[in-house]
Amino acid sequence: MSASERSESLSSRPDRLLSRYAACIVWLARYMERIENLARILDVTETFARDDRDARNWLSIVQINADEKRFFAKYPQATAEAISRFYVLDRDNPTSIAAAIACAHENARTVRPLISTEMWSQINVFYNWVRQLGESDIAPWRISSLCAALKESCQLHSGITEGTFFRDQGWSFYAMGKYLERADQITRLVDIKYHTLLPSVQAVGSALDVSQWNALLRAGAGYHAFRRVCPRGMTPTAVVGFLLLNNSFPRSLVLCVQQVEWYLTQLRVRYGLRGGTRALEHFDALRSALIDQSIEQIIGSGLHEFLDWVQQQLNRVYAEIAGAFWETPQEQSQQQ
Amino acid sequence: MQGGLFQRYDAGGFFCEMMRPAGRSEAGIDLVVERLARMDLEDLRRRANDAERELYNRGITFTVYSDKNAIDRILPFDLIPRILSAAEWTQIERGVIQRVTAINLFLADVYNRQRILSDGVVPRELVLGNVNFRPEMIEFKVPHGTYAHICGIDIVRDEAGQFLVLEDNARTPSGVSYVIENRHMMLRLFSDVMSGLRVRSVENYGMALHQALAELSPQSVTDPQIVLLSPGIYNSAYFEHIFLAREMGVPVVEGRDLVVEDGHVWMRTTAGLAPVHTIYRRINDDYLDPSVFRPESQLGLRGLMEVWRSGGVAIANAVGTGVADDKAIYAYMPRIIQYYLGEEPILPNVETRICGEVDGLQYTLDHLEELVVKPVGESGGYGMIVGPHASRQQIEDFRAKLKANPANYISQPVVKLSVAPTLSPEGVACRHVDLRPFAITGERTWVLPGGLTRVALRQGSLVVNSSQGGGSKDTWVLE
Repeated sequence: MSASERSESLSSRPDRLLSRYAACIVWLARYMERIENLARILDVTETFARDDRDARNWLSIVQINADEKRFFAKYPQATAEAISRFYVLDRDNPTSIAAAIACAHENARTVRPLISTEMWSQINVFYNWVRQLGESDIAPWRISSLCAALKESCQLHSGITEGTFFRDQGWSFYAMGKYLERADQITRLVDIKYHTLLPSVQAVGSALDVSQWNALLRAGAGYHAFRRVCPRGMTPTAVVGFLLLNNSFPRSLVLCVQQVEWYLTQLRVRYGLRGGTRALEHFDALRSALIDQSIEQIIGSGLHEFLDWVQQQLNRVYAEIAGAFWETPQEQSQQQ
Repeated sequence: MQGGLFQRYDAGGFFCEMMRPAGRSEAGIDLVVERLARMDLEDLRRRANDAERELYNRGITFTVYSDKNAIDRILPFDLIPRILSAAEWTQIERGVIQRVTAINLFLADVYNRQRILSDGVVPRELVLGNVNFRPEMIEFKVPHGTYAHICGIDIVRDEAGQFLVLEDNARTPSGVSYVIENRHMMLRLFSDVMSGLRVRSVENYGMALHQALAELSPQSVTDPQIVLLSPGIYNSAYFEHIFLAREMGVPVVEGRDLVVEDGHVWMRTTAGLAPVHTIYRRINDDYLDPSVFRPESQLGLRGLMEVWRSGGVAIANAVGTGVADDKAIYAYMPRIIQYYLGEEPILPNVETRICGEVDGLQYTLDHLEELVVKPVGESGGYGMIVGPHASRQQIEDFRAKLKANPANYISQPVVKLSVAPTLSPEGVACRHVDLRPFAITGERTWVLPGGLTRVALRQGSLVVNSSQGGGSKDTWVLE
């Protein structure tokens, strides 16, 4: 940042936000969102993986997180037990819940002057609770209730945040982090699950098929909403279309992308921040890809390629936001 | 009257802050004793557990470093309050203001005309040769002549109930956050004991601090941006940094958030660089500016000293205040007060001998078993020895260290610190306490009513430092 880029709005001091705080609040939101998504996936996998496809289902969690290399360095097989240990307890695994809550806690500690006391206390209690979890908590008959408790802790965090977090710039950065992460998570989930489950589409009508697609919807708490939208049946295309393109479903890709864009626009309009112009261009591209195409068209021209492109766009959006609001020129050049 | 909690309480011949000696009772204190006496031990333990859980859940913790481990611990909190009468507080308040005034006059003098040195009141070498004397400060005029904007004065009480100053903290004293958090805890958990009592509020510390810091800022600024400069989340006092920043409504910044440009200090915000006018720094002199002090420091800001000297930014506390709170200078404090103010100290010192002086060393070596000996450069209770509590071996080891570097030590008689009833595993028992009132000085000095009462939780222990097994109590100043 050079002297010529100094803030002009000197009179509105409460609107000032330290760059480092902006980064930390984004990451606080991302980690909490990540924990909730992971708990959801572990829960439905545990509930619905009950047959010879067991291993494949558990394996999909490894694939969603792109953890194949690290996971198989530690465990020979993707069993329920190994997955639970790796993703719940293992602090050395950076994609585990234990690691994510530690990061969330550290970010919360940094932005403690910004967040409410209630937000901080809850994260602190959550963190201390996860820290003392042990082997007995991930026993097969307890994993479901553990996931429910983890999920509820995240939801408690969301509720406290919604009810107590002061609505200044920090709030917009928080929301951007949350929806960016959620968008990223839904694309990973759909990408892996669609291709894992697709071969079974041929065995039309088997009870298991439907339960697997149900499980996918339940992982995003979208089952009942989907039934309302598509009461007459369930096709893989309809499920994927719902998860990606339904603009009322709170975890859909399109809704998350629109939310990120909206909060970025808020930062520019309401607080006069000038950064993020190029991120808005990425949003234009994302929007036309998501709104101007039907799910059939997307699948027709390659779902995996499409989701891959969406993830890259989301990464570019994040990089633009980081570059505009908190990274110093040195940090940016280091990453290039 | 002494039923319930106090049934087996025995102050052991020490001055007790709660069970005052005959003729020195105080209506407000007696009322609290009466109420506590009606409480049973189980009830008190339940409340104490609630308090501990709450402190832990809210992350009101400090970090203890041992070897490679860093452990978050709560500062143990004892619910039985330490109470001061209005008259006692008036004496402390006046004494603290007097002391802080003298400290600031002393600092202004030693960094400018050095009259007190020319007049031979304080040995020149003791000041100019002190590791905390900063030649960079010579002839630099600080706003209002104030160097030590935030001061903590450690006060103890002897067996006769007389208040004595044990130590001055004029660098970056910590602990005030606990004063306020302890009060909040008491309002939640001890409202029945407090009810109807007129206890002076501690709520306005943040506003007073903000005002004093604003008074320092460059004069042309009407609405200054204040920041708290912290070493970061791994610092043991980070909780306090956050607490104070929140109370003032200002950001906690680290060195990497700041830049020096065009003779001003700026912080990096999402909207670009924004000006900073006053820095409440909670990092030591050494780390403040790598271009002047430790070149390897990552915590401070390069060029800060130059901006400060040219009036582009204000810093509290000023650099170089450590020369005034040094344990060797402490010994001269009564003479310093006399010299600048022409007054007797309202709060006397504990009798102190300087081991760097021949007589002082001889006396100390001859009486090691009876004395407390402290290194001059340290704080936090590290490196000291309490003669009557030390083993023969410890005393001999210490004797060798003392002889090797006598100038590094002072000695004092063991003060029989006052006690206060405190919850212990065996029930309510007497434990030694001290008091650290906090003074803020902008254009004038203001003292937060009460202060941090630290309590040595181990039976018989005189060391109240949190790093050495100390806890804290809420301090009530009665109106």
